[in-house]
Amino acid sequence: MKGVLFRVGALLISLVLASVVVFVVLRLLPGDAAGASLGVGTTTDQLESLRSELGTDQPVPVQYAQWVGDLVRGDLGDSFTSRQPVADLVAAKLPITVPLSLAAFVLAVLISVPLGVIAAVQRRGPVGVVVSAVSQLGVAVPVFWVGVLLVLVFALTLGWLPSGGFPRQGWDDPAAAIRSLALPVVTVAVAMSAVMVRYVRSATLDVLDQDYLRTARSLGYSRWQALRRHGLRNAAVPVVSILGIELATSLLGAVVIENVFALPGLGTLLLTSVTGRDLPVVQTLVLALTAVVLLMNALVDMLQRVIDPRLRRTGVTA
Amino acid sequence: MSVDVTAPIDTTVRVRRPRRWSPSLIAGIVLVGLVAAVGLLSLVWTPYALDDTSSGARLGGPSASNWAGTDRLGRDLFSQIMVGAGNALVVAAASMLVAGVLGVLIGVLAGATRQWVDITLLSAVDLLIAFPTLLLAMLIVTVRGASLSSAIWAIGIAGSAVIARVTRVNVARVLREDYITAAQAAGTGWWGTITRHVIPNVAPTLLVQLMLLGGSAVLAEASLSYLGLGAPPPNASWGRLLHEAQSTMTVQPWGAILPGLAIVVTVLGLNLLGDGIRERTDPSLRGDR
Repeated sequence: MKGVLFRVGALLISLVLASVVVFVVLRLLPGDAAGASLGVGTTTDQLESLRSELGTDQPVPVQYAQWVGDLVRGDLGDSFTSRQPVADLVAAKLPITVPLSLAAFVLAVLISVPLGVIAAVQRRGPVGVVVSAVSQLGVAVPVFWVGVLLVLVFALTLGWLPSGGFPRQGWDDPAAAIRSLALPVVTVAVAMSAVMVRYVRSATLDVLDQDYLRTARSLGYSRWQALRRHGLRNAAVPVVSILGIELATSLLGAVVIENVFALPGLGTLLLTSVTGRDLPVVQTLVLALTAVVLLMNALVDMLQRVIDPRLRRTGVTA
Repeated sequence: MSVDVTAPIDTTVRVRRPRRWSPSLIAGIVLVGLVAAVGLLSLVWTPYALDDTSSGARLGGPSASNWAGTDRLGRDLFSQIMVGAGNALVVAAASMLVAGVLGVLIGVLAGATRQWVDITLLSAVDLLIAFPTLLLAMLIVTVRGASLSSAIWAIGIAGSAVIARVTRVNVARVLREDYITAAQAAGTGWWGTITRHVIPNVAPTLLVQLMLLGGSAVLAEASLSYLGLGAPPPNASWGRLLHEAQSTMTVQPWGAILPGLAIVVTVLGLNLLGDGIRERTDPSLRGDR
């Protein structure tokens, strides 16, 4: 219980620090939100009035306090360019980005955990060698290029799936929505699996070398039986810590991949806001995505204690 | 049982001598050397000038005159890919430099000074590690605009967190050694201890981390350029080439394939180089990891 409280406290502190970083980076580097949003050829009066409307004429600490105060009350501000509330903009994009990243994550786990364990158990066999070689190659492949190649093969050449876009009716037309998300999900999952297979393989290899597994073998268990009874739970501890990071990775992968497949999700919103210097949208989205990453890390820490009783005795996980 | 040594890290016994030139190291040197050679060559020679729209038919496939085909304006793709090699290596080297200098500075300060400095710097580093590189890059691009230097700063700063972590752990480990106590007893000061004993001990590990960082820098820059947040058009970046080729790949698929292969070769080369250096410098490493 004490450990949980400690972790929640650490999470809150990281969140505050992250908000400071986001805010300071966006304000203190050269460049002016009002100037950028109005463009060239505006008068000083126009600039001044926009600055006071946006609150950017206030001292930076005051601006920060206002922003955080509004965030806590659930007011995410309005977009500079579309004038719509940021909360509405984000909410409209979630039905694309959330299913995309969750499905990609689940698919990646389904691919990488069995492959990683097999690669470790048969490390000198043909399967192990092939899996290791493919994942070594896979971590060098940019995720968006996987998407481009999948479009080339499955959409443009074979014509099985759409090359991009999302149905106008959204999830009211479930079949079309799923068809639109199929290639993006596979893209993110394939790219993630290359990284995750390496972690699973390495964690399983560590366990295979342990004395208790040798003892289990000497008691007459086969390699697989020994691993299933004694090994997998131990191998799961380091893997779970990676899964948390990978869930965050799948979200960021979705951000990039949405732009490959022209999906109107959070990633597309973030990119148009960055290129349009839409400060309220950028700072809210970046902070929200970072918060998800930090939350995942905290949850994983706690989940590790559930799996591994040894970690519960100490206050902080290593 | 034949296994009788149970060291805490290494439980297998290898009698054979460590290979000085492992396959990873050789493959890494060959691949990175190839990319570097192409990048250097592009400074003095490319088959066509980058803006030469008359090099061949528009969206032509690979031929004797255009080895990788042409883009939708009739520019030679092979020339653009060659220049892209230089761009990728500049990004990799510059981000490695930023991350190396910043990371070692933070790591040494955290590991070899007072405890409150250590705790403060480590919390900052942990936050930076949790902060996704892509988002940091987007923040910096929002403020500074899309450019090569924005990408380099973002990738370098994000990478410095990992370098700082690695440096700090190793600095703390080295400082506990008896020979450091001996050196200090012999009158070596803080600065002398760091430069003469700590840095040389930490250097191989750092070199490995920097190579891996170089690989992820090439990937990150390609993603940023693909999204239109990297170096603007006169610069040839593989990520941007892929983006431009995507809309015309039904007619000319090579433009969407070859720059991607170039990225894979470069990143694979840097990763293998990192693995190779680790195998060469770390005596406790098992051969099969």
